[in-house]
Amino acid sequence: MEHFLGFAIPGVPYGCTYAIVAVGLVLTYQATGVFNFAYGAQAYISGYAFTKLVQTAHLPVGVAFVLSVVVLAPLIGLAFDRLLFSKIPNSNTTAKLVTGISLFVGIPSLLAVLFGSNNTYSPPSIIFNPDTVYFRVVGTPVNGIYLTTILTTVVILVALVVLMRFSSLGLQMRGAVESRRLIELDGVNAGRVVAIAWMISGFMAGLAGVLLAPIYGQLQFDDYAALMVAAFAAAAWAVLRSMPIAALVGVAMGVLATTLQGYLPVSSVWSSAVLTSLPFIVLVAALLIVPGLRTLDSTKDPLSSVDPPTPPTAAAIRAPQIEKVTRVGWYILLAAFVISMLTWLPTTWENVFNAGLVYSTVFLSITLITGMGGQLSLAQATLAGVGAFTAAQLANHFGLNLLLGGLVGAVAAALVATVLAFASVRLRGLGLALLTIAAALFFDNTVFPQLTATNGTSLQVKPQWVGLGISNPNGHAFFVLAMVVLVACIVVVRLIHRGTTGRFLGAMRGSETAASGMGINLRWQHIVIFALSGAVAGVGGTMLSIQQQQVNPQLFVYLLSLVYVVVVVPTGANTVEGAVQAGFGYVIISQLLTYVPSRFGGNSLEVVFFAFGALTYARHPEGILEYQKRKSTLRFQNLLFKDSAVDPGSPGGSTRGAVAPRGRPPGGGGADTPATAGAGDHG
Amino acid sequence: MADEAGSGPLLEVTGVSKTFGGVAAVSGVTLSVGRGESVGLVGPNGAGKTTLFNCVGGQLRPEQGRVELEGTDLLDLPTYKRARLGIGRTYQRIEVFPDMTVWDHLLVAVRARWCTGRIWKDLSRRSAPSAEEKDRVDSVLELVGIERQAGTTVSTLGLGSCRLVELARALVCEPVLLMADEPSSGLDIHETHELANVLTKLQRERGMAMLLVEHDLGMVGEVVDRTVVMNLGVVIADGTFDEVMADPAVREAYLGVKA
Repeated sequence: MEHFLGFAIPGVPYGCTYAIVAVGLVLTYQATGVFNFAYGAQAYISGYAFTKLVQTAHLPVGVAFVLSVVVLAPLIGLAFDRLLFSKIPNSNTTAKLVTGISLFVGIPSLLAVLFGSNNTYSPPSIIFNPDTVYFRVVGTPVNGIYLTTILTTVVILVALVVLMRFSSLGLQMRGAVESRRLIELDGVNAGRVVAIAWMISGFMAGLAGVLLAPIYGQLQFDDYAALMVAAFAAAAWAVLRSMPIAALVGVAMGVLATTLQGYLPVSSVWSSAVLTSLPFIVLVAALLIVPGLRTLDSTKDPLSSVDPPTPPTAAAIRAPQIEKVTRVGWYILLAAFVISMLTWLPTTWENVFNAGLVYSTVFLSITLITGMGGQLSLAQATLAGVGAFTAAQLANHFGLNLLLGGLVGAVAAALVATVLAFASVRLRGLGLALLTIAAALFFDNTVFPQLTATNGTSLQVKPQWVGLGISNPNGHAFFVLAMVVLVACIVVVRLIHRGTTGRFLGAMRGSETAASGMGINLRWQHIVIFALSGAVAGVGGTMLSIQQQQVNPQLFVYLLSLVYVVVVVPTGANTVEGAVQAGFGYVIISQLLTYVPSRFGGNSLEVVFFAFGALTYARHPEGILEYQKRKSTLRFQNLLFKDSAVDPGSPGGSTRGAVAPRGRPPGGGGADTPATAGAGDHG
Repeated sequence: MADEAGSGPLLEVTGVSKTFGGVAAVSGVTLSVGRGESVGLVGPNGAGKTTLFNCVGGQLRPEQGRVELEGTDLLDLPTYKRARLGIGRTYQRIEVFPDMTVWDHLLVAVRARWCTGRIWKDLSRRSAPSAEEKDRVDSVLELVGIERQAGTTVSTLGLGSCRLVELARALVCEPVLLMADEPSSGLDIHETHELANVLTKLQRERGMAMLLVEHDLGMVGEVVDRTVVMNLGVVIADGTFDEVMADPAVREAYLGVKA
């Protein structure tokens, strides 16, 4: 027993930080309807500020705490609400997730850009002295860090439960989640209620951040990211509803982790695999077992019908004459690109554009799953990794040509995606995002490290694995290969998009009830689009490994899946052009940033750039680039044909009656008949 | 054209019950719809009409009872398989696909009903609408009177037009049983009258059976052969429209006082 407690008690403070973050997630979800992916980043800001204020500015701990947790943290929460989340309708789960992910990815990079990326050691404790052992429980010493964490957790929990259950503010918060607009009709200032909720949850994030830092003895974002996954798991078991359950599961996970660590033999596979995988095992179990998680996103804002319809794409509103010119222009550009690549472009830029082709292929998998399937998958880098590792292992062990192996890899990635699809067949939106991120972590921690050469070092891709004279991955031969692969993937995606499958998926995005009610097998479509997306990602992954000349887990780490999402979203996840623009944008900008002095952040700056681009998703779900394209198309057409175009800024951005949408069915009468009734009154 | 081949009713609902957290939304409901018959299902709000619809359509699973279509037990079938057996329906709260055109709505419905959209057809560029599909879609659009909006994206249409799109989407699948949930709400008097004509015509010409939930009793009287009245989850009357309207229990259910 003493043995057990000796292992279990040190887990309590870890568990308490999981609990605080989990409860914060539940609070934010209950009060604002947002599953706040950025919570870990919020905690990191306060932890960072607190440590810097104490260690660099030499402020007293109390003052630093007040500044970083009591002042800064709620202000950040307020800023998130006012600047971002208040502008997203509650029913738009994808927009809320993308915004959170952008912040999660962007904030640590922004801090690195602003203040440098040096690690900070021995962050201070807020109340009790970390080095003092205050008392012993069955022989286990309880020091100041433990005591501070446990005490703060209990106080915060009690205060929050009282607030949500017994105060009128708590009631209003719960009403605001259903529909801000609806409770405003009842005379409640919904904006104020939600803003307060954000400030409270921001305060909790800050508190967790400051408490967590001294436990790990070092301030680094990876710990905060890991903390988030553990908190996701705890919050999931509480169905994002019950704060006490979230807290209990959080504490239990902390205790379980240290207990397992104590009993499992050190340096065994079990120890490394189970321990690192614990949070996502708990998370996946919750997603598969807890039925409440399946209906998380099913509530609709009763007033969602007042939202304007989605605007048409730039391509859809282009007048036929302009369309012709644009098409010719694209062909000329493509020809110029191919000729330049094969003749005069310097090697540096040839390399960059080759990488662009490869990333475009990977990003096409996001067009399939997010643009067409309407679901946010956070495991696309992992699926690419499955393809790459499969191909590389086949080449390494069996001497199979890497290109043939790439096809096998695509099948393997499709199979993994199919398993994910089966596991997530009842999950949508948030549940699916969590399941895919859990899968990504599982592969990162457990599968990929086993597939590298030895001790986690990269597997080098040898030229003879590839053949076709592709000895130099930056050369012309690789360019031709990458181009052929990309074009083949584009053709497949376009055929699917224009065919029945694309239409069925469009129907499912619109209304799953009606889609199944007229004979569409939702499960089958869900599996098909996952498998296709996995296959394309797998192909892209193999190409990436050839281009990088190596395969290693860092190339496909879960954070990259999040980065991919924030890269594709600003350029448009719905279109093939969006994926290609994202692929090229990603590599071109990162190349341009190499010319910026490294003190401005280097790679971090790139992530910041795209993350802040992705923050526009809520306002322009079609992609900020697509939005700008539509705007300039309309402006240009306005100049050219004065009578036939309308102002894009008009409510709803609708252009009907001006330029007839393309894609009109054969024999299907006039498309430009204005709607017969007010556009806003349907539900 | 009415199918006289089978014997017995087309749809048979026997002793169906469904509760939500202890509240019995439908309890022990038994009703049948004959081939080519048009049945009105009326009752005050909260009577359980839409819940019963959802039990038949597959959106909800009842705790008790049986639901059969032409002798096939429906309860073990998922919603999409029930649709492919020929159950078409419209919804009380509009369920359309906002980003799709009216024409595409109907094409998707045709392909889903007869399982003609295969992924290998997409990949081999054989998924363009066939002449038969075009004819089928165009004729239904004309029948329902929304052919002028064929190329319009549905998100820009008003409530009334959306109802008609839903109806057209159900009809293009040539259902053996159409379940329409308040099809006239959001339509004006003229449009409601037109809708009643369309439904009557379809029933006569195609032998389509119909289960119609409707608050516009005038329309119900115009369209249906038989009327079933529900209140608080149970059937309280079953007969011709005039018979049930004269029934004291029905008057009490609607007016809240003994007639």
